[in-house]
Amino acid sequence: MNGFVHRHPVWTLLVVLAAALVLWALIAPWPDGMEAVFGRKRIFLNAVFNGITLGALYFLVASGFTLIFGLMKNVNLAHGSLYLLGGYLGYEVAEATGLWLGAFVVVFVAVGLLGILLQFFVFRRMEGEDLRQTLVTIGISIVLADVMLWIWGGQSYQILTPEWLSGPVRLPLVTGMRGEGELVYLTFPAVRIAILVASIALGVLMWLALNRTRIGMLIRAGVDDRDMLAASGVRVQYVFVMVFAFGAGLAGMAGIVGGTFQSIVAGEDMRFLLASLVVVIVGGMGSILGAALGAVLIGLAEQLGSVYAPTYSVVLTFLIMALVLAFRPQGLLGR
Amino acid sequence: MKLKLICTVAALAILAPAAAMAADTIKIGLMAPQEGVFTEPGNDGIRGFKLALNKYNGEINGKKIEWVLGPTDATPDTASRIARKLIEQDKVDFIIGPLSGSEGIALRDYAKTIPEKTIINSASGALETTYVDPAPNFFRFHPDGAQWGYGLGSYVVNEKGWKRVATIAADYSFGYTNFMGFAVDFCKAGGEIVEKFWLPLGSGDFASIIAALPDDVDAIYLGVGGTDAINFLNQYEQAGGDTNIIGGTIMVDQTVLTARGRAKEMLVGTPSSGPQADDWEDAGWQAYVKDYQETFPENERFPSPSLFATNYYGATLAAMMALDKIGGEFDEGQKNFHAALAGLEFDTPNGHIKLDDNRQAIGSIFITEVVEEADGGLHNTFKAKVDDVNQTLGMSKEEFDKIGLPSRDTPDCAALQPG
Repeated sequence: MNGFVHRHPVWTLLVVLAAALVLWALIAPWPDGMEAVFGRKRIFLNAVFNGITLGALYFLVASGFTLIFGLMKNVNLAHGSLYLLGGYLGYEVAEATGLWLGAFVVVFVAVGLLGILLQFFVFRRMEGEDLRQTLVTIGISIVLADVMLWIWGGQSYQILTPEWLSGPVRLPLVTGMRGEGELVYLTFPAVRIAILVASIALGVLMWLALNRTRIGMLIRAGVDDRDMLAASGVRVQYVFVMVFAFGAGLAGMAGIVGGTFQSIVAGEDMRFLLASLVVVIVGGMGSILGAALGAVLIGLAEQLGSVYAPTYSVVLTFLIMALVLAFRPQGLLGR
Repeated sequence: MKLKLICTVAALAILAPAAAMAADTIKIGLMAPQEGVFTEPGNDGIRGFKLALNKYNGEINGKKIEWVLGPTDATPDTASRIARKLIEQDKVDFIIGPLSGSEGIALRDYAKTIPEKTIINSASGALETTYVDPAPNFFRFHPDGAQWGYGLGSYVVNEKGWKRVATIAADYSFGYTNFMGFAVDFCKAGGEIVEKFWLPLGSGDFASIIAALPDDVDAIYLGVGGTDAINFLNQYEQAGGDTNIIGGTIMVDQTVLTARGRAKEMLVGTPSSGPQADDWEDAGWQAYVKDYQETFPENERFPSPSLFATNYYGATLAAMMALDKIGGEFDEGQKNFHAALAGLEFDTPNGHIKLDDNRQAIGSIFITEVVEEADGGLHNTFKAKVDDVNQTLGMSKEEFDKIGLPSRDTPDCAALQPG
């Protein structure tokens, strides 16, 4: 860090200036000229924050997806069903016990177990057969979707936000000034902030686990060269089962998050499968950091699009995907 | 040899149903969404269809009524494909469907390619379907989306005193159409629309739009339905929103009122308009609701029929009455069936229906308000009823055409305001 400052004083100054500018834009009220370009600050800030929270949700779904792909080269097209199942189970648990946080634990374990079953009974038997895996996972997703429709019906479920997270909170970010210099602060739903913080924490933990622990080392080795890892005496199947369970559990937890600030209904499985596919394609297959980047990009595109260009907001997501595929087909952080 | 045998059996199995389908049955193709945001409305539509069929014990003049379900996903291209499949492959005599606005426009165009058959619209409410270049074999026995919105605007201005509103509505034909009915009436009564937002169908996350809503309005008009409506209310509550809400027709439907969760409670006190009021005291309506509740077990239906059930019911009833009139015998090109349908004038559970020259219903519109029942459930309570609302919303065709067809920018509120 110090070395960088000494070697590139001009660059450092520019970076510091840019950071200060961004900070100022976030905290201080905007002058009229800027409001004219970006619209009211409240709207812009809200769209940015919402985009990042939506990105956090996408990250939760897509990180499991990308991990499973990176390690097992297995495109699990039933991933959306795990999301939906997690949402329904989370609703039932939260309804029965009144514990929102408790639901996360139960769902993580339950959906993780289903992941173990899937890996043990299905995917282990068709390793390396891409086409077969793809077809089988599509089949599983259709069966699961119908079973869930049978159990929970077609109406939408909404998981109640716990008392301590309901309603909005005031953030120390000024969005404007009322008549006599009274500052107006940004209000933002508390539950979204909680989800955002939790996702960032989870992302950091995952990064640490992957890069600083022995298991993480095994997983990274498996991503690079599975056969060599197996040859060096590691019980590679155990690693696979574990990663699959973890990825499935994450998708299940994402279901609770989605059910809390959106809703859970038949058909969401496909929406989130598509979202995680897009995120993973943009970010790079198999990369956790890529999933985070892709998720935030897509989330921002959707939210900013919905405010500034509602007609094209749907196209925007796919435009980003097309651009990435055209110029960097392996994804932004893919190898 | 064995393979050959199996093939023959299989071929016979495929051909057999076709052979059995002689002229002693009438075959109906029923279209309803079975995936996506309109799944549940689609299922309730099917319930309405079955109710009407039961009234005739499933037969006309000794001819058995058979029906085939054409599952759609509420998009126009699927609707056309499914309709073609029903006509060409299943060889149905006529189609009852579709449910959603853009599907209806697609089927109007498809109807022109099959003049020998008939399409009876079940619930899709786009104005253009029967107003612009209508197909002679396409019938709609319920008011369209613009008609459903009529009467609400003057009600909120005069009764509630809400004069400045921001509007959020679904960005597709039904959204525009239903909004137009509200806006024409609202602006004529002196209301002002401060800002309009259009939401793409199924967008899921509306938080940014919610943040962009202006503060200084008396109410917001919400013209979204199904899952979108639930998500919107949920996020509106989380963002701390507390403005009055005016509901578009599908905003306060049973599909939304029965969703699990707290978000719908925001709807209590919301005025809305549409083709029905859940607790209307009319004997015909009460009998229909009772029939609905008794026919289907409690966990497989809504507490009371949704407007989709009612519209499918009305469409099917019309089809059965017309079939009855012609004794179940179609003549060349179904001309007698078309004439019988066009001549119908009858009482549906939700008011008296007759058709105009475009084969579009002129019917009753109900103004309702959402109230909470003792057991915590929500329903729409009857407030007022406007009879004989026609497709041009009580204006002459010239006046109506001057406003233009519903779109994001039409109607122009300022042009309609008095003075």
